[in-house]
Amino acid sequence: MSRIFWCLFFTAWPILGIVVSVISPQMNWGFPDNRESATPLGERIDDLFYLILCIVTIAFIGTMVVLAYVLWKASKNEDEKGWFSHGSHNLEVIWTIVPAGILLFIALYQMDVWAIYRVRDYDLKQQNSPRLNNLVAEVIARQFEWRIRYPAPGTVFKSKKQIDDWLAKPQAGDLYTVNHLHVPLNKETLIYLKSGDVQHSFFVPEMRVKQDAIPGQNIDIWFTVNRAGDFDLTCAELCGWGHYKMRGRVTAIEDFSGFLQKLKAEQDFDGISKSAGEIAATGQTQEVTR
Amino acid sequence: MSTQNPADAVQVNSDGTVAQHADHHGHPELTFLQKYIFSTDHKVIGVQFLLTTLLMLLVGGSLALGVRWQLAWPWQSMPFFGQRFAAEGGQISPEFYTMLFTMHATVMIFLVIIPVLAGAFGNFLIPLMIGADDMAFPRLNMLSYWFMWPAIICFGMSMHFGGGPAGGWTSYPLLTALPEAAPGSGVAQTFWLLAVTFIGVSSMMGSVNYLTTIINMRAPGMTLFRMPLTIWGMFITAILQAFALPVLTAAGFMLVFDRGLAGLSGDIHTCFFTPSEIVVNNAAPTVGGGQPLLWQHLFWFYSHPAVYIMLLPAMGMVSDMLATMCRKPIFGYKPMAYSMAAIAGLGFIVWGHHMYTSGMNPALGMTFMTSTIMIALPSAIKTFNWLGTIWGGKIRFNTVTLNCIAFVSLFVVGGLSGLFMAAVPVDIYIHDTYFIVAHFHYVLFGATLFGVFGAIFFWFPKMFGRMMNERLGKLHFFLTFLGANGAFFPMHMLGVAGMPRRYADPYIHPYLEHLMPMNQFMTVSAIVMGLAQLLLIGNWIYSIFWGPKVGRNPWNANGLEWVAPSPPPHGNFEEVPTVYRGPYEYSSPLVEGRDFLPQTEVLAPSASADTDDDH
Ligand code: HEM
Ligand SMILES: [Cu+2]
Ligand SMILES: [Cu+2]
Repeated sequence: MSRIFWCLFFTAWPILGIVVSVISPQMNWGFPDNRESATPLGERIDDLFYLILCIVTIAFIGTMVVLAYVLWKASKNEDEKGWFSHGSHNLEVIWTIVPAGILLFIALYQMDVWAIYRVRDYDLKQQNSPRLNNLVAEVIARQFEWRIRYPAPGTVFKSKKQIDDWLAKPQAGDLYTVNHLHVPLNKETLIYLKSGDVQHSFFVPEMRVKQDAIPGQNIDIWFTVNRAGDFDLTCAELCGWGHYKMRGRVTAIEDFSGFLQKLKAEQDFDGISKSAGEIAATGQTQEVTR
Repeated sequence: MSTQNPADAVQVNSDGTVAQHADHHGHPELTFLQKYIFSTDHKVIGVQFLLTTLLMLLVGGSLALGVRWQLAWPWQSMPFFGQRFAAEGGQISPEFYTMLFTMHATVMIFLVIIPVLAGAFGNFLIPLMIGADDMAFPRLNMLSYWFMWPAIICFGMSMHFGGGPAGGWTSYPLLTALPEAAPGSGVAQTFWLLAVTFIGVSSMMGSVNYLTTIINMRAPGMTLFRMPLTIWGMFITAILQAFALPVLTAAGFMLVFDRGLAGLSGDIHTCFFTPSEIVVNNAAPTVGGGQPLLWQHLFWFYSHPAVYIMLLPAMGMVSDMLATMCRKPIFGYKPMAYSMAAIAGLGFIVWGHHMYTSGMNPALGMTFMTSTIMIALPSAIKTFNWLGTIWGGKIRFNTVTLNCIAFVSLFVVGGLSGLFMAAVPVDIYIHDTYFIVAHFHYVLFGATLFGVFGAIFFWFPKMFGRMMNERLGKLHFFLTFLGANGAFFPMHMLGVAGMPRRYADPYIHPYLEHLMPMNQFMTVSAIVMGLAQLLLIGNWIYSIFWGPKVGRNPWNANGLEWVAPSPPPHGNFEEVPTVYRGPYEYSSPLVEGRDFLPQTEVLAPSASADTDDDH
């Protein structure tokens, strides 16, 4: 009796696992908001995820079916002895070469996605590269907040050196916010990530973007947001007791230069020349209010 | 279920005579202290390791339940432990939470998994399985056990001073390099580093011993390719330890120096990992010139091989147990041994997969991705061979078998989830989320720990001359298996939903709010699983005293350890065994009336000529 029970047991849990996985999207246990990524690169990441998911599911079902089968057979083996076999050379060759091929395919297939994500700053080194002006902001992660610095509206970068100079120290006219990063919609965006103290990681789940902030390093992050709206910004690298509460927001807006102008007006406000009401009316606050 | 056939167990010796009990070894009488406490006998040391690690398993498990409590019912006062833990109303504070997960991982990795495999089973099994009377360096062996204790004490100090270590088990600087960076980055961190160093010394002493013993002290006829896969696993693990560990030790000292002369004086210190101009908590800016990524490289250069240190011996033991319980030769012995070697070799060149998002040179990401994905290949080969071993067998469904099958099927899950993370672009998203946590619990709990449970039941009769209780064993397996899957499977979903690890309260982030019920389910499963371990401990202790007595070979197994009396005396074998064949000749047609053929048995010349090979 118990042998039937255990055979069923080892057959049942993989089935349960698959059922749970299949209903996950309906239960909202999948990607955030059960939605596609807000960046094209993120969509490619999702595609890769699903591709690997398919391969892995086939492999999982395959091995579990074989396991259930051999268990079942071995449990009701009536022979006096087991099958005296030390293995099969042909089988070994098959199950070495076939997975090797699949694995190699997986490895090679994703190289270009990685390249698009990480290997971009090479053409910043050319004079007047149009990409130089994709620079939107510098984000400094600190215990436990995100400090954001935008170049003064209208700044034009002509070389990587100018960017480096801008990153090296704050300039007159820079604009600042805390915990709330605005980026232009549908436009390739470059931000530089720094750490003010320990290590952190800039993680925007809905955009599928993650990059560690390493003390002493300026790291470029590239993305294009193609969905307007707000996205949660979290920290993904342990940075101390308040790690969990480094909550921020990324907002993608159509009129990005308009945003900078408003921010500038707000920052230049000396308390006299404009009424506070007017500023409030612009709707720009620096706090996370959600 | 488990066929006990003491009649068969009267073993035939190498010379064909039935072994006689004879105290011809002439070991001098030992005092209690020499025999059970400061013993140099590998078996006693093995049992000491086992007892210690089981104790630590309970400690680590309780820490984990603290973590799970907070994730399910954040900021609510904790039952039972509440009064003892954090002062304010039994609540878990964020600092305390940081300490909990740091120490959970630390205890489980350094005080449970690594020492239970190499320390407990390595010690107990290596001399017995290769036919030696003890380890090559018995005194060093004893020291290796006793170096666990300074480590345990230092970890304890670390937990109690300065709020407990705050850096996670990975201890990334600068959080851990600058004492001002967190409450736990002061003395607690120094004690933590010290403890890891002690554990390293302990492991290192074990490794050189295992290597020397396996290379030099095999019984006559025990060629490399007649060694049980357990020994292969231990051998390769010892090599991994010996080459990877010095790097961690060096890195640990570098970090201690960075922290200012062993934490004593903050003014005199090095800057291996500290760049300049960093201001933490309004402390003076750092001078510097160091590079925090250096730590990650050094740490993972050890810790990736270490994850295989935490697996290969279990793989070996499961192979031996499966072959015995399925009454079949291991399927593809040589591919099994070679794939362990391949895992170990590749294991040295994949460490960068923990650093894909760290900002290291992107070209490295591609290199590490390729090697990481390829390491799944030997893992797959091993899985197929385990399935092949069951195929056509005559299986006995006892506790040992159940745990071994759980090992195989949960290892499949953990290996497959590794593929997602190995893929750099996908890992950008899932790195440092619960997906990673799911992955390593499937390999470390799902595979290794189930393997260890099986091994505890399988070799218990050899350790104590008695059997463990089958009913309790099965109940323990059943509850642990359900609890483990209930606690760990949903972690995949949390990871895909983007829930970062090491968060004291994920639900302040709107996109994670809806995951609370799932976390509560996981915590309940974890509690079931935690309680089930009491069954194991209870069964273990009960059986030491009251389990049914057995003879030398209760499982009708082939290995050399089953030739020795149960429990084996000091010196193990009555006479040096001679080995005539590999350990997996189950169901051999060469013998009539029984389905096993011990390694030491002499067959008529014509017959033995056929088996005297390596497959
Ligand atoms: C099939 C082979 C495997 C592959 C392809 C693989 C891949 C990976 C990758 C890429 C990561 C890093 C993920 C990240 O942090 O973003 C990782 C983490 C980890 N793996 Fe594996 N893995 C495999 C098998 C194993 C085994 C057998 C073990 C242990 C017995 C293991 C234990 C771990 C642990 C403990 C971590 C997390 C460390 C941490 O960040 O705290 N893995 N694995
Ligand atoms: Cu953080
Ligand atoms: Cu690794």
